Amino acid sequence: MKGLVVERAGPLALIQDGGRFGVRHLGVTQGGAADWVSLGWANWLLGNAPQAAGLEITVGGLTLCAETSATLALTGADLGATLDETPLAPGASFTIAPGQRLAFERPRAGLRAYLAFPGGLEAPSVLGSVASTVREGLGGLEGQGGALGEGDRLVWSGQGEPGRRLPDDASTLPGEHPHLALVSGAQIAGFSGTSVFEAFNAAWTVDQRADRMGVRLTGPELRYLGAGMVSEGIPLGAVQVPADGQPIILLNDRQTIGGYPRLGALTPLACAQLAQCVPGTQVRLRPVTASQAREAHLRQLARWR
Amino acid sequence: MNEPKIETVGMDTLIVRLFDDIDEAHMPWMLAADRALREAFGTALIDLVPSYTTLLVHYDVAHLTLPAARARVREALDGLSPTAERAGRRHVIPVWYDVSVGPELERIAARLGVSHDQVVARHCARDYSVFALGFAPGYAFMGRLEEELATPRLKTPRQKVAAGSVAIAERQTAVYPTLSPGGWNIVGRTPVALFGHDREGYSLFRPGDKVRFEAISREAFIEQGGDPTPLVERGDTPTEEQA
Repeated sequence: MKGLVVERAGPLALIQDGGRFGVRHLGVTQGGAADWVSLGWANWLLGNAPQAAGLEITVGGLTLCAETSATLALTGADLGATLDETPLAPGASFTIAPGQRLAFERPRAGLRAYLAFPGGLEAPSVLGSVASTVREGLGGLEGQGGALGEGDRLVWSGQGEPGRRLPDDASTLPGEHPHLALVSGAQIAGFSGTSVFEAFNAAWTVDQRADRMGVRLTGPELRYLGAGMVSEGIPLGAVQVPADGQPIILLNDRQTIGGYPRLGALTPLACAQLAQCVPGTQVRLRPVTASQAREAHLRQLARWR
Repeated sequence: MNEPKIETVGMDTLIVRLFDDIDEAHMPWMLAADRALREAFGTALIDLVPSYTTLLVHYDVAHLTLPAARARVREALDGLSPTAERAGRRHVIPVWYDVSVGPELERIAARLGVSHDQVVARHCARDYSVFALGFAPGYAFMGRLEEELATPRLKTPRQKVAAGSVAIAERQTAVYPTLSPGGWNIVGRTPVALFGHDREGYSLFRPGDKVRFEAISREAFIEQGGDPTPLVERGDTPTEEQA
C-alpha cells in the first residue's frame, strides 16, 4: 500500500495515540502523545477521532516522501517544516502530492510537532494501543516500540475530510513563560512552609534533562520533612521531589510506581504545555482545584465533538 | 486494615491508602480492595494501580466528579473482608544460579561467609509474595527475603541487565522480564518468559501470587530455552553503600 516513506528519520519520531490504558497494574506505562492537545487538533482538522494515531516529531530532522496524494494536518511545534522547500506553518491541513517531500528541520517554537493522517495511521494494536514506548518495546509500526527509521512506510486507513480550519483560540503552544496548572496532592503537607511558598511563587527553569518520562525543573531547593515513603502509583503530571530538592514532572512514559514525595500533579492540559517547553524555558506552577481542572479539561474535549 | 485514607493526587486520580508498611499479611486485603474498586468504578475506571500499601485509582472525569469518585471508593471499601489466603496463583520458577549470569552471588556469599550453594539454598527456601508490579512491564516486586540475605542496591546501576535475571535488593527479590537498566544484585537467570503480548493476561506474575525459586543446572537452563550469555557489563564495583 502506498503512503509516506521515511527518507531521514531524525532523532525521535514516534507513532502515538491517546495512550495505553487498562494495563498499568502490570507495570506498563501510559504512553501516548505528550502534547495530546496538539494531536487532538491535528486529528480534528481531518475529522478523525481526537486520539487517532498520528506522528509525534520531536526536535525535527525528519524527511518524508509521498508515494500518493493525501490531505494531512500539522499542529504543535514549529519545527521549520517545508513541503518541497516551501515553508509550511503548523495549525492547518495541507495536501501532499506523489514525489513531494515533507521535511522538518529544527525547533523555532515549541518542541514537538504532530502530523495527522486520514483516519489515523495504521499500526498493530499492542495491549490496546499503537503508542510507541521505546523503553518497553511496545507499539509503533512493528509493535516493538521502535522510533521511525529510514525506509519505514507510513500508511493510513481513511480518506480525510479537508476544509476544517483551526479556531483562532486553538493555539496549543504555551506562551513565553507558561503558568502550569497543578492540583495539590495530600503529600504537600509534608513539605516545609517555605518550600510550598516557593513552589508556587518562584520561577522554575526547564532543564536539559527532559524526555517523555519526565522533565526536571531547576530552582529553589524544596524540602520534604515527612517520613520516607513506600512506592505507590504515579499519576500523569506528578511533581515529585527527590532528595536534591529539584522537582521532576512525570509525563506519559513514566514508571508506574515510585517512592518520591510529591507536591501534586500538573493537569493533563498543563502536561501538554510542558511537553512543548524547550530547555531553558521559565515556567511557574499555578495552583488549581481538581474541580477547576476537570472543567477546563472537559471544555477542551467538548471542542472536538 | 486501617481506616482507608482517600487522598487526592491529581485532577482525575485518587490514592487509597490501606496500610503504612510492607507486610505479606496485607495482601489478602489489598486483593479484596482491588476487586471491590474495579467493580465499583466499572467503565468509569481508566486504570487501577495497586502497590504495597496503596491503590491508585485513575478515573474518567467525563463520568465522575471528584466527590462522586470519593463516594465510590468509600462504598467499595465499606465492610470489606480479605480474600481467601489461597486466592493468588503459585509459581515455581527454575533458575540457573551461576556467577557468570549472577555476579553478585559471589558478593553475597562472601559477606555471609558461606558457599554459593548455601546462598542459593536460602534464596530457594521460602515462598515469596508478589507485592506489586512496576518499574517495567511484568516486573514483580517480591518478598520478603530472610533478613541475612538482604543486600543493598548497587551504588551505580548497570545499564543493561539481561532478560530473566534474578535479582535481590534489600529484603526483596525480582526477575527482570526484559533487557533493561537495573541496580539490583543479580544472582542467576531463569529461562521463563515473564511478559508477552500473546500471553493470557500479558504478565506471568500478578499481585498476591506466591513464587518459589528452584535451582536448575546449566544444561536444563539451556534446554528450557535460556540464553547463557554471561552478564559482563557492569556499571560499577558494587559497594555496601546505600543505593
